[in-house]
Amino acid sequence: MSETTLAAVPRAGRRRLRLSGPTAGAAIALGVLVGANALLTPNFASAGNLWNVLLQVSTVLLVAVGMTLVISTGGVDLSVGSVMAIAGAVAATTLDRGIPVAIAAGLGAAAVVGLLNGVLIARFRIQPIVVTLATLIGGRGIAQVLSNDGELVPIDNPSFEFLGKGHLGPFPTQVVVAIVAVALGAFLLRATPFGRYVLAAGGNPAAARLAGVPVWRTIITVYVLSALLAGMAGLVEAAKLGASDAAKIGLNVELDAIAAVVVGGTALAGGRATVFGTVIGALIMQVIATSFNMLLVPYAWSLALKAGIILFAVYLQRPRRV
Amino acid sequence: MTTTSATATPAAPRGTPAAAPSARRGARAAALVQRHGTLIALLAVCAFGAIRYPEFATPENLLNVLRQNSMLGLVALGMTFVILTGGIDLSVGSLLAVGGVVAARLSPYGTLAAVAGGVGAAAALGLVNGAVVAKARIQPFIVTLAMMIAARGAALGATGEQSVRVDAGATGFAALGRGYTPIVLLVVAYATGWAALRYTRFGRYVFAVGDNEEAAKLMGLKVDRVTLGTYALSGALAGLAGIILAARLGAGQPVAGTGWELDAIAAVVVGGTLLTGGQGGAGSTLLGALLLGVTFNLFNLEGSITPWWQWVLRGGFLLGVVVVQNRLQGKVRRDG
Amino acid sequence: MSADASVATTDAPFLRMEGITKRFSGVTALDGVDFALVPGEVHALVGENGAGKSTLVKIMTGAYRRDGGEMWVEGRPAGFATPADAQAAGVVAVHQEIHILGFRTVAENVFLGREPRRWGVIDWRRMNDDTARLMAELGLDLDPRAALGTLSTARQQMVAIARGVSLGAKVLVLDEPTSSLAEREVAILYALIRRLQAQGTAIVYISHRFDELYAVCDRVTVLRDGKLVGTRALAGLERLDLVCQMLGKSREEMQAGDAGFAPDAPASADEPLLHADGLRRGTRLRGVNVEVRRGEIVGLAGLLGSGRTETARALFGADPAEGGSIRLKGKAIEPRSPDDGIAAGIAFLSEDRKAEGIIPELSVGENLTLAALPTLTRFGIVSRAKQQALVERYMTRLGIKASSSQQKIRELSGGNQQKVLLARWLCTDPELLIVDEPTRGIDIGARGEIQALVNELAAGGMGVLMISSDLEELVEGSSRVVVLRDGEDVARLARGEVTQDSIIRAMAGGSATAAVASAVTPASASDEPSAPAAEVGA
Repeated sequence: MSETTLAAVPRAGRRRLRLSGPTAGAAIALGVLVGANALLTPNFASAGNLWNVLLQVSTVLLVAVGMTLVISTGGVDLSVGSVMAIAGAVAATTLDRGIPVAIAAGLGAAAVVGLLNGVLIARFRIQPIVVTLATLIGGRGIAQVLSNDGELVPIDNPSFEFLGKGHLGPFPTQVVVAIVAVALGAFLLRATPFGRYVLAAGGNPAAARLAGVPVWRTIITVYVLSALLAGMAGLVEAAKLGASDAAKIGLNVELDAIAAVVVGGTALAGGRATVFGTVIGALIMQVIATSFNMLLVPYAWSLALKAGIILFAVYLQRPRRV
Repeated sequence: MTTTSATATPAAPRGTPAAAPSARRGARAAALVQRHGTLIALLAVCAFGAIRYPEFATPENLLNVLRQNSMLGLVALGMTFVILTGGIDLSVGSLLAVGGVVAARLSPYGTLAAVAGGVGAAAALGLVNGAVVAKARIQPFIVTLAMMIAARGAALGATGEQSVRVDAGATGFAALGRGYTPIVLLVVAYATGWAALRYTRFGRYVFAVGDNEEAAKLMGLKVDRVTLGTYALSGALAGLAGIILAARLGAGQPVAGTGWELDAIAAVVVGGTLLTGGQGGAGSTLLGALLLGVTFNLFNLEGSITPWWQWVLRGGFLLGVVVVQNRLQGKVRRDG
Repeated sequence: MSADASVATTDAPFLRMEGITKRFSGVTALDGVDFALVPGEVHALVGENGAGKSTLVKIMTGAYRRDGGEMWVEGRPAGFATPADAQAAGVVAVHQEIHILGFRTVAENVFLGREPRRWGVIDWRRMNDDTARLMAELGLDLDPRAALGTLSTARQQMVAIARGVSLGAKVLVLDEPTSSLAEREVAILYALIRRLQAQGTAIVYISHRFDELYAVCDRVTVLRDGKLVGTRALAGLERLDLVCQMLGKSREEMQAGDAGFAPDAPASADEPLLHADGLRRGTRLRGVNVEVRRGEIVGLAGLLGSGRTETARALFGADPAEGGSIRLKGKAIEPRSPDDGIAAGIAFLSEDRKAEGIIPELSVGENLTLAALPTLTRFGIVSRAKQQALVERYMTRLGIKASSSQQKIRELSGGNQQKVLLARWLCTDPELLIVDEPTRGIDIGARGEIQALVNELAAGGMGVLMISSDLEELVEGSSRVVVLRDGEDVARLARGEVTQDSIIRAMAGGSATAAVASAVTPASASDEPSAPAAEVGA
């Protein structure tokens, strides 16, 4: 017995460095992609272009961090795009009362949608895909109704627009926001009981409940967090555009976010999660989009390749059977 | 022991015998509402419409409702088969576009070629969905998500992101979208679908796979074939819907059908088919699709409800139905 | 060891397997195993977990393909690629976790895959009629139109067997067929087995319970670590020898290792640790009284559906009681959720390790500390150092065999998983430990360790409530036994009175206490369609 416990000590430290299989694969794929593009795509490796990749990936990344948490509970959140639109619309229409009010109102509205999702999923035990499908449909409508029936609401406030256009030192604000979100997500999953509860609730809800894990509260919190991050992404996007465009903001972002999460190696069945992997997944998808754009490859092809990558990533982490 | 036993007595009688029969009656009522809830709701909505709007209960309006909803109805029928097996098909909107574009391009070669080509192309992509789901054992959700992206890309790429005009001389093709034709197609499709589910082995196996896939496999069913069949069927029906849409619009549009997967799922769920598979049917989906269609017709007749409010109501409606269904089901299971 | 010559195998074997080998990603699960079945025999297949029983059966029934060896059916070489192939050849399995289509009817389940058709469409009437006839032939009273999910587990199993019969099965494999059956249902199963046996069907019978093996089986094949130990007639074989073969130990070793398993005497007569009075919930719990003192192990016995697990879940708060009172350390508590139970100092080890115990994707350490997480947290952050110390302490103390605390729990053996789950509860410093079937499905070695650990915990002052279907475990491991029947406690057996015989009598309702109890409640028993005893009574 003493051998096994002694062996446990050095291994504990090693684990932090070890990447799980699919994530390691994704990291290698990203390296190959960037390397190939640096060689083959003119101007790809320029600093300006690399910043551009980061700028474009930041809103998807915000959403994808929340999606990572949701998917690791075995759920899915399709409503994130609509939540982005709602947050943008609420902030734009309340901006005349001051930036703090606008931001708080935007995030608050997002949180309400998340709470609704979470309560229906956790307490009423309705499938996440149906609940969030309904809030996706209804949420987009609410965003439109809020912006005076589908009109563009201009944002004429440089301080607010700083969120989407400004720089903190050398870093664009939105990139900083995304990095903070990633760090927060990783911290939650790694170091807090909440993170453990998320994985337990996703891995085996019945067992988690019997072990005293507050399963309902965990699931509701996860959906609220997902909505808050999506709301933040909505604010950034509105600031970037200089307007709240309720029809466009966040459209189809749920697909990009799910793709990033899955490609990064988080298990769709729940119980396993890697925020770091999600970052890699999001970067892979963005690098493909950017380089295809630069190489003037038709949009259609990049869609097909995206689809192929998602399938391949999931194929690698499919449940093994004998 | 004796000291504490006294405290138990007042707390004990909660489920008194007198409550039992009424609870069972409640469960029976719940089962009835659950089974026929969509029909009851549809009748109620129609009655409301007939009373409130004089133009609702006219033949033109009702036929128009049917015609407009025939395409979504077809897509939802295919979705029903897939959902009954416990799967889901998010690619139907893109396959609908593929069907429409292919048929429009083939329209100069005759209606038959156009229809066969459109349905065939969409069915082939559906077959790919089914093959990947069955053989690679990847979740249907993600497989059809990938197909949704890829097929949309294919439709856009093949057309250079332009709509494809239906050949001016193809009058037969254009007739597919007019008059009673879409309605007849809808009725025939649902009648066939209903009978197939009830009276053919394939239909029973669809239920069996959705009920307990592992058990079905151990009982010797070729589960993979059933899966392939349902996704191919879903693709074919989406393609057919795309052809009708192209015929109505006079062009196959590569962007057609965006978001239809959501409406189709909504129709299936509102109808009462369980998303986990194994229970439901074609008839209930038809009712679900009609209920959604009639509700929108009423919104339009009301006039003051903007499209955006319609979206809000749509989402709210779907949520409401699912919550009610869920409660009823819980009640049936607990008391029945 | 060679096949025993004393078995009269004049019949040619219906099915013969020789040198069967199967590997899973490099690990050899079966290594050159021989097996033969003659018509009309009931052939037991035994071995510890990991011996290769399931693998052998799955190869026999087409769920797995063999990597080596030969197989003959009726003298002709055979190889099944799918369960359908095996069924066509007359080899049918009824699996441990019963595989049924719950929404579908009895008739559909019986005829799935070969529905009778007329004019190309399914002939429902004939399907239902044929099913009704089949059920009558087998002496089963079942409505062909009933949805299978609405029937009791026992009846679902009968349907699964009936399906096999109607497929013309010449070999029927029953994998742990009684694991979820109550005593009376087992009798129905035995009758069915005898009937099939008389018709010449060969039956492969897998079970951990020796009583059953000796009751129904003719021959036994023992496997150990994927290898064949031998095939013998069961009649002349002593139980102890059979156990020795399974474990690969000599008789002397076994007897020596078997000692040292004795429960402690109950403590003093002051206020009991737990005092539950008149627990009620729905129709399953109709007034259960239980007392547990510090330092004693109270056995909770009863047939399936008697309310044993329900009592445990009510005490813990997992499925709260709707009536009655619970006092812990003299203080009234009302657990409404597992949280409440844990806060009160109760721990509950569920009977279903897989579904309600382990979190498969988390590590041993994370599983172990799941319930104790709040105590390891400072300023909202889990202390890794504290966690590691705790994990190491318990891994050593319980002898948990894992490559490290970071290994995923799903990779561990059943016995080690159970130890991790037990450790999960010990971390919370419980005063009352409730264990539900703590050694079910665990190999004999780990079983002894877990029983010894429970004894040690009780000796250390913990109160233990132990649910078990294993009468031997109850007799050897309990200070006292409370027997439940139909949701009520019907007997309390003090230390001297606990014997297998007294427990069985109380469970079956033979004792005076039971007679009184059942005489008091006839009124409430009438409106109870879901009581399992009532369902199979036919």
